[in-house]
Amino acid sequence: MNPLLEIKDLHATVDGNEILKGVNLTVRTGEVHAIMGPNGSGKSTLAQLLAGHPAYTVTSGSVKFDGKDLFDLDPEERAREGLFLAFQYPVTIRGITNSYFLRSAVNAIRKHKGLPELDPLDFLQVLEDKLKAIGWDDSFMNRAVNEGFSGGEKKRNEILQLAVLEPRLAVLDETDSGLDIDALKTVAEAVNALRSKDRSFVVVTHYQRLLNYIVPDFVHVLAEGRIVRSGGKELALTLEEKGYAGAGVGA
Amino acid sequence: MTSIESQVLQPYKYGFVTDIESETVPPGLNEDVIRLISLKKGEPEWMLEWRLKAYRHWTKMTEPTWANVTYGPIDYQAISYYAAPKQRPKVESLDQVDPKLLETFDKLGIPIAEQKRLAGVAVDAVFDSVSVATTFREELAKYGVIFCPMSEAIREHPDLVREYLSTVVPVNDNFFAALNSAVFTDGSFAYIPKGVRCPLELSTYFRINAQSTGQFERTLIVAEEGSAVSYLEGCSAPSRDENQLHAAVVELVALDNAQIKYSTIQNWYPGDEHGKGGIYNFVTKRGACRGKNSKISWTQVETGSAITWKYPGCILQGDGSIGEFYSVAVTNNRQQADTGTKMIHMGKNTKSTIVSKGISAGHGQNTYRGLVKILKGAEGARNYSQCDSMLIGDQCGAHTFPYIDVRNSSAIMEHEASTSKIGEDQIFYCKQRGLSAEDAVSMIVNGFCKEVFKELPMEFAVEAQNLLGISLEGSVG
Repeated sequence: MNPLLEIKDLHATVDGNEILKGVNLTVRTGEVHAIMGPNGSGKSTLAQLLAGHPAYTVTSGSVKFDGKDLFDLDPEERAREGLFLAFQYPVTIRGITNSYFLRSAVNAIRKHKGLPELDPLDFLQVLEDKLKAIGWDDSFMNRAVNEGFSGGEKKRNEILQLAVLEPRLAVLDETDSGLDIDALKTVAEAVNALRSKDRSFVVVTHYQRLLNYIVPDFVHVLAEGRIVRSGGKELALTLEEKGYAGAGVGA
Repeated sequence: MTSIESQVLQPYKYGFVTDIESETVPPGLNEDVIRLISLKKGEPEWMLEWRLKAYRHWTKMTEPTWANVTYGPIDYQAISYYAAPKQRPKVESLDQVDPKLLETFDKLGIPIAEQKRLAGVAVDAVFDSVSVATTFREELAKYGVIFCPMSEAIREHPDLVREYLSTVVPVNDNFFAALNSAVFTDGSFAYIPKGVRCPLELSTYFRINAQSTGQFERTLIVAEEGSAVSYLEGCSAPSRDENQLHAAVVELVALDNAQIKYSTIQNWYPGDEHGKGGIYNFVTKRGACRGKNSKISWTQVETGSAITWKYPGCILQGDGSIGEFYSVAVTNNRQQADTGTKMIHMGKNTKSTIVSKGISAGHGQNTYRGLVKILKGAEGARNYSQCDSMLIGDQCGAHTFPYIDVRNSSAIMEHEASTSKIGEDQIFYCKQRGLSAEDAVSMIVNGFCKEVFKELPMEFAVEAQNLLGISLEGSVG
């Protein structure tokens, strides 16, 4: 069986500066991989590039998603094929309710799969089930997308979208940033509830503390555009103890 | 940014020309032309005198230059002031209307023929200088509602017309209003008697077809004590290289406890991407809330015209009267819009609400200009104004000129303003959730305009959203 995500010798630039300098990573279905690294190491670049952000230019290397060349797919096609990015800085969309936005997204994906679109009532049912599964209420579904949301609410909203859109690969880009410990736990519990043998995660984070709650199968350290170390979950603890520099990774 | 810009507005869909023989008076403006127009309309003497008075004022006036728009000089002698389809039927029944005209309005989505009419909407269809058909007249007459072409109202209901015409917009109000008063050719007249809630939406569709002509329509709506009416207007024109002038005047009068809701979808030809051609839309619209607790609400969606100069306003005379203005103005390519409102508070406890949404794309320039004036006697007046601008791309402009003049210290004024930009990040976020770029732009623009769209009658909300290339479902109302 093909790995779900296979990154080979990936080089990428932004504004002419090379940020990724030969990344290799293989993620199989059902696995949770954490990518750690100091600021500026290229973690977020990798996350955004996988989703197809136009600011990044791939200069060489390849990425296969479920056997397909990822770069042949537009960002919306990647999403419809089951690649989800939980944004570090989710945007606001005025005047459009969260539930309308989510239903539009669900229906775009359903259409792609040849499934009938959900009407508002059907969607409401789906939404209620998902909220129940992750133990949240529907208090912000009728607010405009991320408008006036606190940092914690925005991150929760990303995870809620993840829950509803049911991707095969979820990339979490510093989902822990800006969260206090209670919010972090809430978000992590929801993510854990969404773990399954059919879904893979790539968790990008600067800090080890998120990984106390979302325990990964593999940990990789990205530094200066390359994965310099890989290991099991204990690698995160080593980094926590010694720091990136202490672990020989360069701050 | 060009990928986003190209998705903002669809190409102009209504630019076709109807091949129909028309009767046009030669270009030029003088008292003889006005006499000719008046004669063609079969007008009484007082109306001709009124026109000539307006014309004499106009000759002494100069074109306003304070608006934040630029255009070459207009040669008023090069315009033809009257164009009408030939053999205009005396409309005994719609069967007698030239099929080419019915077809034209069909194509515009305004079916007039008996079997195709829009349910619940009475339509007056104005083609160049004349009204060609008005639907549902008999039905409305049962309620005592008069809805007919202006030229007919002058002949059939002279007392009503004389009582109200130019009482809200005086003939010498401004350069374009004076010109309109001198040469207007048709438009709609609506009269809602005391205590009647008009059972249908009233609607006028204005179509410019003939070349080198101007369209000068005049609309007057009178809502008697305790009555209510919702009126919609739409318009379009062929795509031509020349600029055509459209100078309309609309007057609304609301007596005690009456309500008038006036909605506009303005979709005149905007010119091409280099700014060639397009309509000059220089319009005076004003409502008088004459009675106590009366209410006038303007909603406009301005997507067309090369240049828009338009400030629908309310004179809040009656105590407790309410004025509202909801506006979406879009300028793309080389379009320029200078639009906003005037709210004049005279009565006690009068309230006004202004919500303006300007969207600029391409090289478009969008100006909000508004005046809120609280006169000395307007005890307890309140105003809320919100002006939001959205920029798409980096070649366009948004400008805001809010004027506030308060002469009574009990007034409560609120003003909010914002400017935002549709960015790649917003588009990318939507795409990452599986939406196409087109749907993403639609959604973002739609959300931005939501507070205005929800004020439109349902039939028009759909059209407005389609005009902005927007998918409708779930986001309105």
